[in-house]
Amino acid sequence: MAAPPRHATMQSISNGGIAPGTDRPQTQQTQAQLSQQSPGLRVPSNRKTIYDRHLNRSRNAELSRASFAFLFGEMVTYAQRRVTGIQDLEKRLNEQGYPLGLRLLDLLFYRSTSTSSSALSSSSTSSSPPNRPLRIITLLHLIHGPLWRLLFGRAADALEHSVSPDTPNEYMITDNDPMVNTYISAPRDMSMLNCAAYVAGIIEGVCDGCGFETKVSAHNQPTELWPSRTVFLVRFGDPVMEREKVLERAGVK
Amino acid sequence: MPDNTRGVFSLIIINKAGGLIYQREFQSGLRNLSTNDYLVLAGTFHGVHAITRSITPKIPISQPAPSPATSSTGITAPAASGYSYPNPGVPVSGLDYLETDKFRMTCFQTLTGTKFLLFTDPLTGSVDTIIQKIYELYADYVMKNPFYQIEMPVRCEAFDRHLGAWLRGRT
Repeated sequence: MAAPPRHATMQSISNGGIAPGTDRPQTQQTQAQLSQQSPGLRVPSNRKTIYDRHLNRSRNAELSRASFAFLFGEMVTYAQRRVTGIQDLEKRLNEQGYPLGLRLLDLLFYRSTSTSSSALSSSSTSSSPPNRPLRIITLLHLIHGPLWRLLFGRAADALEHSVSPDTPNEYMITDNDPMVNTYISAPRDMSMLNCAAYVAGIIEGVCDGCGFETKVSAHNQPTELWPSRTVFLVRFGDPVMEREKVLERAGVK
Repeated sequence: MPDNTRGVFSLIIINKAGGLIYQREFQSGLRNLSTNDYLVLAGTFHGVHAITRSITPKIPISQPAPSPATSSTGITAPAASGYSYPNPGVPVSGLDYLETDKFRMTCFQTLTGTKFLLFTDPLTGSVDTIIQKIYELYADYVMKNPFYQIEMPVRCEAFDRHLGAWLRGRT
């Protein structure tokens, strides 16, 4: 959306376009020819592009939690400038996460298809179409499992459907200890604030990228054991619910 | 080492300007001081610490500097070069700890000038470990909190929680 990309992962994506993993001997010549003939991306035959793997090649692909904490802290401070209230601040954090979600979705599909089709010696990208979720439950499982593992290294802690008959379009994803909130303690007069609104923005971006119109918000639900437990409330729009009924009748999974 | 932190009485954090930014007691039954008294205590200690640092004795350097060259160029040079700290590689630290028969006060100063004052039982061992852990928690839950304003009083719920949990867990 309006906010410029500020996250490290997006940085890596934009870097990838400039420098594909493998270089040929006459780089300048081939590049000049390529730009005239086909301005597309060069795909190495073994599919070891920069998109297929983490930039960080170390064994567990670990990143410094401290530097992320400082970066995220600065993002919160940046969002806090000239805000009118807590909701405005959460909206800004949400907007910072939204474009990241849109792009992460592509990366997630790209990586999941590349690993599944790696047994076949595939060189073309269209070997198996990415399995974009069509139903709400599949989408939520994608967020709950693979997306959470990509971002935080573990699955989310719970996935629930609203029990109230008035709000069948509401789903809840629970994270007992959100990584973004590890070092953040909101001041007492802003106790409603939850900085995981950023993660809510990421979820919203993923849902929108799949064609599910959604509003996602983060809420504090502390328990004795998990003081920073956060519930992400996913509210699908009416068109999505109508389509869901049609798909259910048609038996699409 | 089960009783390592049983004797931790209280913690005070003083910012680099001598202001009290954090104060917490870990045991009941301590003599109560008013907030104002704590502020005075922090300011006084800050001054005493600065004095103890500046009265660190210097010893004369054994071989004097070549006098004819320096006297023509600079006036202050000979006076300053005549004395040095006993161990020039180690920075002057000032008051490190103060011990009475009822308590021991340990002072730990960070590189940026923040001071951690820990009041413990004189029999408590490995105070350095405790203070290092407190510094680590401070660096994590105070300095990485975007809502904390530097040099201002510490009001971070996560810091309180983790500090209490860690000290209780070691009791």
